[in-house]
Amino acid sequence: MKVHEYQAKEILARFGVAVPRGRVAFTPEEARAIAQELGGRVVVKAQVHAGGRGKAGGVKLANSPEEAAQVAAQILGMKLVSVQTGPEGKIVRKVLVEEALPIARELYLGVVLDRSRALPVMMASAFGGMEIEEVAREHPEAILKEHFDPTLGLRPFQARKLGFALGLSGNTFKEFVAFAQALARAYNETDASLAEINPLLVTGDGRVLALDAKMNFDDNALVRHPEIAAMRDLEEEDPFEVEASKYDLNYIKLDGNIGCMVNGAGLAMATMDIIKHYGGSPANFLDVGGGASQERVENAFRILLSDPNVKAVLINIFGGIVRCDRIAAGVVAAARNLEVRLPIVVRLEGTNVEEGRRILAESGLPLHPAGTMAEAAKKVVELAG
Amino acid sequence: MAIWVDENTKVVVQGLTGKEGQFHAARCREYGTKIVAGVTPGKGGQEVDGVPVFDTVEQARKATGCTASLVFVPPLQAADAILEAADAGIELIVCITEGIPAKDEVLVRQALRASRVRLIGPNCPGIISPGKAKLGIMPAHIHREGSIGVVSRSGTLTYEAVDQLTKLGMGQSTCVGIGGDPVPGTSFVDVLAAFQEDPQTEAVVLIGEIGGTAEEEAAEFVSSRFTKPVVAFIAGQTAPPGRRMGHAGAIIAGGKGTAKEKMEALQAAGIHVVPTPAEIGITMAKVLGKA
Repeated sequence: MKVHEYQAKEILARFGVAVPRGRVAFTPEEARAIAQELGGRVVVKAQVHAGGRGKAGGVKLANSPEEAAQVAAQILGMKLVSVQTGPEGKIVRKVLVEEALPIARELYLGVVLDRSRALPVMMASAFGGMEIEEVAREHPEAILKEHFDPTLGLRPFQARKLGFALGLSGNTFKEFVAFAQALARAYNETDASLAEINPLLVTGDGRVLALDAKMNFDDNALVRHPEIAAMRDLEEEDPFEVEASKYDLNYIKLDGNIGCMVNGAGLAMATMDIIKHYGGSPANFLDVGGGASQERVENAFRILLSDPNVKAVLINIFGGIVRCDRIAAGVVAAARNLEVRLPIVVRLEGTNVEEGRRILAESGLPLHPAGTMAEAAKKVVELAG
Repeated sequence: MAIWVDENTKVVVQGLTGKEGQFHAARCREYGTKIVAGVTPGKGGQEVDGVPVFDTVEQARKATGCTASLVFVPPLQAADAILEAADAGIELIVCITEGIPAKDEVLVRQALRASRVRLIGPNCPGIISPGKAKLGIMPAHIHREGSIGVVSRSGTLTYEAVDQLTKLGMGQSTCVGIGGDPVPGTSFVDVLAAFQEDPQTEAVVLIGEIGGTAEEEAAEFVSSRFTKPVVAFIAGQTAPPGRRMGHAGAIIAGGKGTAKEKMEALQAAGIHVVPTPAEIGITMAKVLGKA
């Protein structure tokens, strides 16, 4: 799950990560009031779930509370189009109003899970403001890494190693060491999957603060953090995907015209791949998952069919933990309730397959059976036109 | 031979009294697997389909001599269940549970690092040595005993590959689902190393997917230390970057972990990489001169 910058900073501050003073505003009036409180000179930042906001005109400096209100009025409601939003852009519904700080240096500091080492890793670089992937490509030697065991946390010596390597000294160095440890603790204790400070600001007077902050959280662990789960912003997500998530379905909207319902993420990806291979284009990724109840399958079917681009449907089920008869019963019930007229290619295999096929055959629905994945893919591409 | 499980493996099922645990334990028993015990804290003394249930894995091990565990415990308790099995001296732990927090998986990996315990999964279909034993949720009837080793990050996509192999007359030595999570207990390399030593295994099907670098590590291992033919498929060639494709580990992050990179790495290692899952079986038949 993603959160906004202002939410990430709220969470980080609880763990002692230094962040600039500021608050979120939903109207120009609120922006003015916050700027007044902060002493006038502020930065107004669009809050959307995407990076590249600065270049897209979503971050502006204001020298007075009046100017803050004006700038907020420009940003609120704008359609922000950045490299990360795609051409459709995102509507800005709130802004973060923060004290403007004197910048001496901009660094990078982030924590992610290093999958090959099976440990979290803190990465630091002197190239603040640059995407870490870009730094990795152009200056791989400039990325400093410290892996740490979550039970031990990031040790002080590790934070010192990073601080010395970044060339910090004096009070800045001390603040950095505390900052890095607090960031690692925040990552750890919130079950984050990413905690990224880019840029990390070093002020002229030697302070260290998070100028920007990005946090993502492990969906599997949100149940342990209800206060973070409550920060989810449904307006930032695709409405089809929001609907799917209510039923605990893995659905990702794509731009093709062949609706896919598959059990298992790997098979769902492979089904998309084979549709493309035969010249078609998948409308979605949809994994109905393990232990799919009839209700869940019915909901999956409803979401899939509510996409107006869908011209044909491919159901590809290989039963293991999900039994084919259960899937078949769900498909039939949903198709009946929704009066489906679109052609549906069905490929069933695995546990209780005979019973599943019988249920489908006796349903009277517009079903096209297929024996293999290749046959199913060819058929559905043809039917989708 | 086969690897890691056979007709002599004695298995305890953690979470036997749950719905999925009971259902799948019964299927494993039907297949001939020696399911000798179940564990559910607080339900010791009960029986499920004639299998005794214990409060702790330690009790189950002392009473039955079980050496392997099959875990169906819910996600937030699963890490604890794995650690309990390891502490009780279980050598092979197969964790089916999906949805375990990544941090728990990291802690488990760290805790098991110094031990000899093998953890398969989590979030996997399990392991089957056809004709000998099944510790998992895969449909048994699609498998045949034979000489192809199968290793995969996927569940149902593995069944697809196995089904093709069986229908073309190629049985399997052992099929291992290593799971779709970012921190699996067993890697492609671990399984390949075991297949290399297994005389029953003549060739291997490897099924990977986007995200991480496990396939690249497998490619490196194959080019330097693996001598048997390998056929591979990578799922997610059409997956959009930055989106998690169902599996917690299936994500192209920062432009890394794409299917294209993985396919190129595997090809460079002399592996037969197929463009669609429909060609896995037939390609293996050709490689072995059977088609």
